[in-house]
Amino acid sequence: MKPIITLEDISFKYQEDAEKYALKNISGSIYPGEWIAIIGHNGSGKSTLAKMINGLLLPQTGQVSVNQLPVNEENIWKVRQSVGMVFQNPDNQFVGSTVEDDVAFGLENSGVPREEMVIRVNDALTKVRMSDFKEKEPARLSGGQKQRVAIAGVIAISPDVIILDEATSMLDPKGRFEVIDTIKQLKEERNLTVISITHDIDEAANANRLFVMKQGELIHVGTPEEIFSYGEQLVEMGLDLPFPEKLKIELNQLGIETPNHYLTEEGMVEWLWTSSLNK
Amino acid sequence: MMDKMIFGRYIPGDSVIHKLDPRVKLLASFYFIGIIFLCNNWQSYTLMFLFTLLALSLSKIKPSFIINGLKPLFWLILFTVVLQILFTRGGEVYFKWGILSVTELGLMNGIFIFCRFVLIILISTLLTLTTPPLSLSDAIEYLLRPLEVVKFPAHEVSLMLSIALRFVPTLMDETEKIMNAQRARGVDFGEGNIMDKMKSIVPLLIPLFVSSFNRAEDLATAMEARGYKGGEGRTKYRVLKWQSRDTLTALVFVVLTVILVYVRN
Repeated sequence: MKPIITLEDISFKYQEDAEKYALKNISGSIYPGEWIAIIGHNGSGKSTLAKMINGLLLPQTGQVSVNQLPVNEENIWKVRQSVGMVFQNPDNQFVGSTVEDDVAFGLENSGVPREEMVIRVNDALTKVRMSDFKEKEPARLSGGQKQRVAIAGVIAISPDVIILDEATSMLDPKGRFEVIDTIKQLKEERNLTVISITHDIDEAANANRLFVMKQGELIHVGTPEEIFSYGEQLVEMGLDLPFPEKLKIELNQLGIETPNHYLTEEGMVEWLWTSSLNK
Repeated sequence: MMDKMIFGRYIPGDSVIHKLDPRVKLLASFYFIGIIFLCNNWQSYTLMFLFTLLALSLSKIKPSFIINGLKPLFWLILFTVVLQILFTRGGEVYFKWGILSVTELGLMNGIFIFCRFVLIILISTLLTLTTPPLSLSDAIEYLLRPLEVVKFPAHEVSLMLSIALRFVPTLMDETEKIMNAQRARGVDFGEGNIMDKMKSIVPLLIPLFVSSFNRAEDLATAMEARGYKGGEGRTKYRVLKWQSRDTLTALVFVVLTVILVYVRN
């Protein structure tokens, strides 16, 4: 399978003469239908990397390609058609004056005729379960609802890749759950590639692979199971410990031995009840 | 104070006036304000008042609501009228004291100014009460479009207008949040003499400005990421439809003008 996004040895500095690299020698491939979570501390370059993928920033050295198309000045608008992005602050990215206007914004930009626009806007709003709010103004919506509208705006242009740049970080647990759930469903239906930048452990656990970044470098790539088995080092990577890991540490402190590999919540339950049966 | 002001607010409704095309409403309001200055006797003012009352009753907005909303403007009207009465000279003199005098012409002028004020305020309030801000900005964009011939950036102006309108409630919320945050840290808003009052605005104004800059940057990034590259080659989701009732409104205004010209001196 051909990768949908390839990163070839990317380096980037915000100022030409800056000493520190925002990104340093990053290479990697992302395949169609994958869910990638990029994790790392604040200032590790996650958001910069995301902006590279749809050409909001261009690397000083190296090459980003989306759908085998190099991201440069010339292809930028084509690339943005296939890469949609949802940002952190639900208020600041809401362009339209009402929900339907906001969803239509991307379509207007690419010159879609009005009849088709109406169909696609309604379709996208149904997908994120916001059809009842069509004529509402952003000031009347909750944070989670605004983010779902932002997602609708992105899927209306039917992209291949959707990037969530800390899209759930300003939401409460309920809003966060709604947004992640919506993304999961859409991914299933449309075989989307999802790249989510996050500090949230549940979001990271949903991913197929995790990219761990530290000070502009890509230090680990692996499945959540692989990454989560680093145990307490996770905190240094900028992630919270998953609940089963926390439980394991507590149990270890009580002198109970636990398996070394990563266990999901179900796995942990399984292990707990079998281990007490074995005694 | 802010809750009472109805000037510039929109009240959702389902009346004939609500359903009119915003372009007609906008143009008609301007036109109405223009022809008010044609009035020069009591018959013509009566005609205009009757017409305004008809329009107001068609909008099905409660009269008490409109009257309450106009109260804050009462002092401004009174001030202008009194100045007119006291400082205009001509005709029979009823009263004189130093440079102040009440004359026939002065009284006439005062009453006319009062009528004009009330009519203009009523009709422009009717416009904003029955038209959502969004439709208004659509109408303005449409009406500015011919100016593109002389390189006037109609699309940019209307985009700015609609973004500004969309951010008004957001910024109001934020202002209140900052005010409360600063209050919690001991800033007294609206206390003390005028210098103190002005000084206390600074810790509100600066954070508001800074955050507006950040918002603008975020918004610009989001717009660019969604493929916005300027007005060219864009289609529009919102369209304005001209209907027969809009033509009818235009006709009503023609008839009104004819009667007005006939009635005036």
